Amino acid sequence: MQCQVCKKAQAKVHYTQIHDNQVKKVDLCDACAKENGINDPAAFALADLVLGLGASQKIEEVTTTTGAEVACKNCGFTQTDLKKTGRLGCSECYVTFAEALDSLLKNMHKGTRHRGKVPPIARRALDMEAHVRQLEADLKAAVAREDFESAASLRDAIKTTRQLSPSS
Amino acid sequence: MTPILNFLIPATDACRRTGPHDKIVFSSRVRLARNLKGSPFPGHGRKPDRIKAFEQLMPAVSSLPQVAPDPYAEAMDKTTAHEKQILVERHLISREHATKGSGSGLVLNREETLSVMVNEEDHLRMQSLLPGLQLEGAWSAIDAVDSALQEQVEFAFHEQFGFLTACPTNLGTGIRVSAMLHLPGLVLAEQINQIIQAVSKLGLAVRGLYGEGTEALGNIFQVSNQQTLGETEQEIVQRLNKVVLQVIEHEENARISQLEKRPNVLFNQIGRAYGILAHAHTISSKETMNLLSLLRLGVDVGIFPGTPRTVVDELFLLSQPAHLQLGRIEKLDAEQRDGVRAEMLRQRVKGVPVPDHTRVAVRSDSN
Repeated sequence: MQCQVCKKAQAKVHYTQIHDNQVKKVDLCDACAKENGINDPAAFALADLVLGLGASQKIEEVTTTTGAEVACKNCGFTQTDLKKTGRLGCSECYVTFAEALDSLLKNMHKGTRHRGKVPPIARRALDMEAHVRQLEADLKAAVAREDFESAASLRDAIKTTRQLSPSS
Repeated sequence: MTPILNFLIPATDACRRTGPHDKIVFSSRVRLARNLKGSPFPGHGRKPDRIKAFEQLMPAVSSLPQVAPDPYAEAMDKTTAHEKQILVERHLISREHATKGSGSGLVLNREETLSVMVNEEDHLRMQSLLPGLQLEGAWSAIDAVDSALQEQVEFAFHEQFGFLTACPTNLGTGIRVSAMLHLPGLVLAEQINQIIQAVSKLGLAVRGLYGEGTEALGNIFQVSNQQTLGETEQEIVQRLNKVVLQVIEHEENARISQLEKRPNVLFNQIGRAYGILAHAHTISSKETMNLLSLLRLGVDVGIFPGTPRTVVDELFLLSQPAHLQLGRIEKLDAEQRDGVRAEMLRQRVKGVPVPDHTRVAVRSDSN
């Protein structure tokens, strides 16, 4: 494993920091570790190293300025509520706080993509989307080979399918 | 509506149900968490939101063919604190649900194998509870309830995140699969911590009798999955099943080796447990659970020929605080309860013939 800072020497120091349920990992060589004050964990700001200088300050700003805090449009749930309760306010919160949740879910679960049961309504929508994507690919291919007759009928098919879709 | 205490199966009959591997596995449970699309989760929503969800879900759930005939369906504010505690002791509602009042509800089928909590932490917490090791059976039963309900109700679902839940730990499948195990052999052999560690490494949790944050009284342990996202329900159910089968094997081996290596230690503990249970005049819940565990082990190894295991299982249930309170008007305090518990145990254990270790087949080459 290579040092993430000098990208030359072999990484010997592996540092993990957990902050707000977010896990950050850094692998460094001995020299770079010393330079960045890894020996003194209190003086070491991992976020700065990973995200560039001043990053930790920025994170701090986002979470402390309560006035401009992100809130769910549907239910008014805020990031502070999320931090305090570890719960979400409504189904829309998963969209609002998707970014904050991403790393949380990575550590919590086996994967970040659902592989289980799908409700019939969602299944139909997914099938529809896949169908439209296929038609669009066919359309592109038809245009490329200058088969405009097929292209026209494919275009109409896409239009009808979209109209049938419950979300449009 | 029939009051819940009249609806419930009597303790004796409830404990008489049998299932595969029930020597070691008390019960199997699969629960699903679901929420209504768009509506705030119960913990964050205002009362009108909760009432609206309640009014939509209660009739939808109680009219499902899966819970027919004549299910119990009632708002939580129609049940007393005592009745709620009875339901907790029967594992039909969670401890959290027992704190709920108006706007929350319960639907229960006659066999008490299906129970649906409305407005717990999520709009729906649906569980299937079966005796012995029947995780697959419990999953297909609750899967059927869920599918039937989805014909009528649209649940909060996200293409990537799956079913959306109030707590991200339940996200995706919303499934919690668990088995309640009796592991006195592993505890006596001092192997239990190794087993717990091994099971934890597989991403499974080991907890006490009443789930999260409870102590493992009476050598009873609950094994459940922790992760709900990124795997199919089938995979989760099958993995837990496999692990439980292995734990069963270790428990069986631990019992055999204790019986071979230290039969006197084992007989001594079981004999003393019998003595105390049969003669105590005051006894705490904790001590009772631990002694009943030994009594159950005694039945399993054959020290109490002719006494069925269900007799002990019933005592486990009847020793719980709310069950001791049954049929009494004045509320018992903790001290009175210990007295009532001892009295109940003396009377019941009287019917169990004294332990006879000569009836146990111990290999002659040992000790």
